[in-house]
Amino acid sequence: MFFYNLRLARMSLMKQPGLTALMVAAIGIGVGACMTIVTYVYALSSDPIPDKSEELFAVRLDSWNPDEPYWDNKPEEAPEQLTHRDAMALLESTIPTRHAAMRKAVYTVVPDSEDVAPFLNIARMTGRDFFEMFQVPFLYGGSWDESADANAESVVVLGRETNEKLFGDTNSVGETVLLGTERFTVVGVIDAWQPAVLFYDMNNGETNPVEDIFVPFTISDRREIAGAGNTNCWKDEQIDTYWDLLQSECVIVQFWAELETPQQKAEYQAWLDNYTEGQKALGRFERPTNNRLSTVTEWMKVNDVASNEVLVVMWVGFLFLAACLVNTIGLILARFIAKAPVIGLRRALGASKGAIFRQHLLEVALVGVVGGALGLVLSRLGVMGVRRMLSDADRLTGMNLDLLFMTFGIAVLSAILAGLYPTWRVCQMAPAGYLKTQ
Amino acid sequence: MELRPILSAMWRNRTGSVLVAMQIALTLAIVVNCMFMTKERVDFVNRPSGMDIENIVVADSVGFGSDYEHDRTIDEDLRLLRELPGVIAVSPTRSIPMSGSGSANGFAGSRDDDAPRHTANYYFVNEDILDALGVKLESGRAFRDTEVRRADDPDLDRLSPQVIITRALADKLFDGEPAVGRLMYDGLGESSEVVGVIEHMFGAWVSWSDFDQVAMFPRRTGGTQTRYLIRAEPGRRDALVPLVETTLSEANRTRLVRNVRTMEEVVSNSYEGDRAIATTLSVAVVLLLSVTGLGIVGLASFTVRQRTKQIGTRRAIGARKRDIIRYFLLENWLMTTIGIVIGTALTIGINYGLASAFEVEQLDYVFLVIGMFLLWLLGFLAVVAPARRAAKVSPAIATRTV
Repeated sequence: MFFYNLRLARMSLMKQPGLTALMVAAIGIGVGACMTIVTYVYALSSDPIPDKSEELFAVRLDSWNPDEPYWDNKPEEAPEQLTHRDAMALLESTIPTRHAAMRKAVYTVVPDSEDVAPFLNIARMTGRDFFEMFQVPFLYGGSWDESADANAESVVVLGRETNEKLFGDTNSVGETVLLGTERFTVVGVIDAWQPAVLFYDMNNGETNPVEDIFVPFTISDRREIAGAGNTNCWKDEQIDTYWDLLQSECVIVQFWAELETPQQKAEYQAWLDNYTEGQKALGRFERPTNNRLSTVTEWMKVNDVASNEVLVVMWVGFLFLAACLVNTIGLILARFIAKAPVIGLRRALGASKGAIFRQHLLEVALVGVVGGALGLVLSRLGVMGVRRMLSDADRLTGMNLDLLFMTFGIAVLSAILAGLYPTWRVCQMAPAGYLKTQ
Repeated sequence: MELRPILSAMWRNRTGSVLVAMQIALTLAIVVNCMFMTKERVDFVNRPSGMDIENIVVADSVGFGSDYEHDRTIDEDLRLLRELPGVIAVSPTRSIPMSGSGSANGFAGSRDDDAPRHTANYYFVNEDILDALGVKLESGRAFRDTEVRRADDPDLDRLSPQVIITRALADKLFDGEPAVGRLMYDGLGESSEVVGVIEHMFGAWVSWSDFDQVAMFPRRTGGTQTRYLIRAEPGRRDALVPLVETTLSEANRTRLVRNVRTMEEVVSNSYEGDRAIATTLSVAVVLLLSVTGLGIVGLASFTVRQRTKQIGTRRAIGARKRDIIRYFLLENWLMTTIGIVIGTALTIGINYGLASAFEVEQLDYVFLVIGMFLLWLLGFLAVVAPARRAAKVSPAIATRTV
């Protein structure tokens, strides 16, 4: 029966190729436009580390100006970064399963070989837990050990690209590399790793590439480092040197903690509150106590990763699809009404309403499938267009199975939705009226 | 005249008419909102920068290694860059205007503790900065070369004694009074004398509400990094880019030269997102108008085919071709107009929804008027061909099939 219906549907669609093409085009263009923007928003809002996003917390303390909140539009939030000395203090806590303070820095990589020109690289100064906490895959070696963190040893984990430039994609563990004026020993090389959204530090662009050099955070506590992230200050303090900055109220450090259970989280929250209480006694933290732990997805919301502008375009995309659907309903209705005499004849010969209904629904579903295929092609073209316009979109707009199913699902669902009313109408027709006109 | 038969025909085919009207309404609502938001973005991107963006080249220099000497490098770089063909002026700078990265600090117009502080995006530049940016000095003077502090100056990190500010900042600091000769204070109570006021220029962040509050201090950047703003004579910029790169790289091997690019590229990068949104919305407008137009053509052709007999009968009893065409045009015009009326309400509703959810501005009604005319025109154009086909129906057809 299904295949019989399928054949009928195909025949009927081929009979009026113009109208059929119009319907397919309307659904295809609607779905294509809508899915182009959905692909982009999907990449921006999907969970970058789904296995652990509920156990990883961005840690923030409200050390900001007593006279005004840090965020104009979110006065209830704390600053997105910590002061250097608070970060150092938080590292003393033994409650989190893992934790890491982190900050961006710029290093000049000076290759030993004369053939490779020196180059600049953005580095992340962080703790040994960073890699395991964020499930960073290693190609060679691994993270540095605890003593390297404790003693600010000159050890480095390289990204794949830098390793390739310096050592030609070989296992470089144990080799040394000159960063600026200091020689570092390679302890590990990470494999390709790029969360769509750089959730652990969104201060300089949510979709930035992962850094290609990692060194212990404690180095920034002992040696003068060219920082590369945001420095936000509120207090009138004389800051002349690097060391003044570390002791100031300027917020410069990101901090993450892994807390596996609600009890652990509660315990850590209490520990933080206790810490800031203690600092209040020293005349710091004059704002009401507001120490915050946000999961990865909460943290992405606070940072408005999918901006208002992008969301507006997404809504326009949905409306666009709706307009295309109304268009399709009209065309389907017209087609079905044209077929009324045939339907009348079939009904008179004994076809049940149900059979007619099923047959026509299959016909519109077929239009949906073809429209979906067109939509898929168009949305890929659209995504290519987006990539041309936005330099960071390359990392964001890959195709995956979810999106593939979503495209076809939306197309077929839209077609069936559009066909529901015309199909119902066609089933309501009294056969007699149409037989007369034959 | 023929309104009554048209209305009765439309009533008999209610669903079809409602669908066309809905299609027109939705199209109007989307097209008007998209055109409006596109215009907003385009206006945003086209705000006058105050600078001679088209003729500026920028470059970064980062020293490394133990042999690097900051002041000597800058002295040498400035000499070499000024000698390049077509160069008008060169200034070192800490950051590039409109690049999205820079520094800001709060300043007040008086020493009073309660004097309001205003945030200014600040730059460290030399005596040639006005020419290097091509900005217009409104009052006062440029910096003198003797005023520019070198990086080895022991007082480098104290506030410079002189400052040039933009009119926007001057008005905030001094309530619209003449600014030249006045003192501007930082949070630690140090002060700079305003020696010049720039008519207008953009700071580092194009989306910042106080984007035009800028202060320039005559000094070099400490540390090992600096950037250069190099302004060329018209038409000579593109040849300058590779020349700057090789000249600086070859002059000194103890530093890296990076990001030699035109200021136009810098600005275009900063507006990338805005331009992408404007393009996407305009593409949506064109696509939707095409889909709707073709949809109307399809439906009208279908109606004509359905009514072949009726048309033939009308022609047989004396209706002229003109009358048939007019009939279809009028019918379509009626449906379009009903759609436009509903669409107007929908347009305002959608704008209101977007405004309350995503801070979109309130609709400029000019776009509604443009949209209405566009759709009337579209409705008309879409129905012309089917109506002409209808007029060609032979009167004889009526006699054949009855």
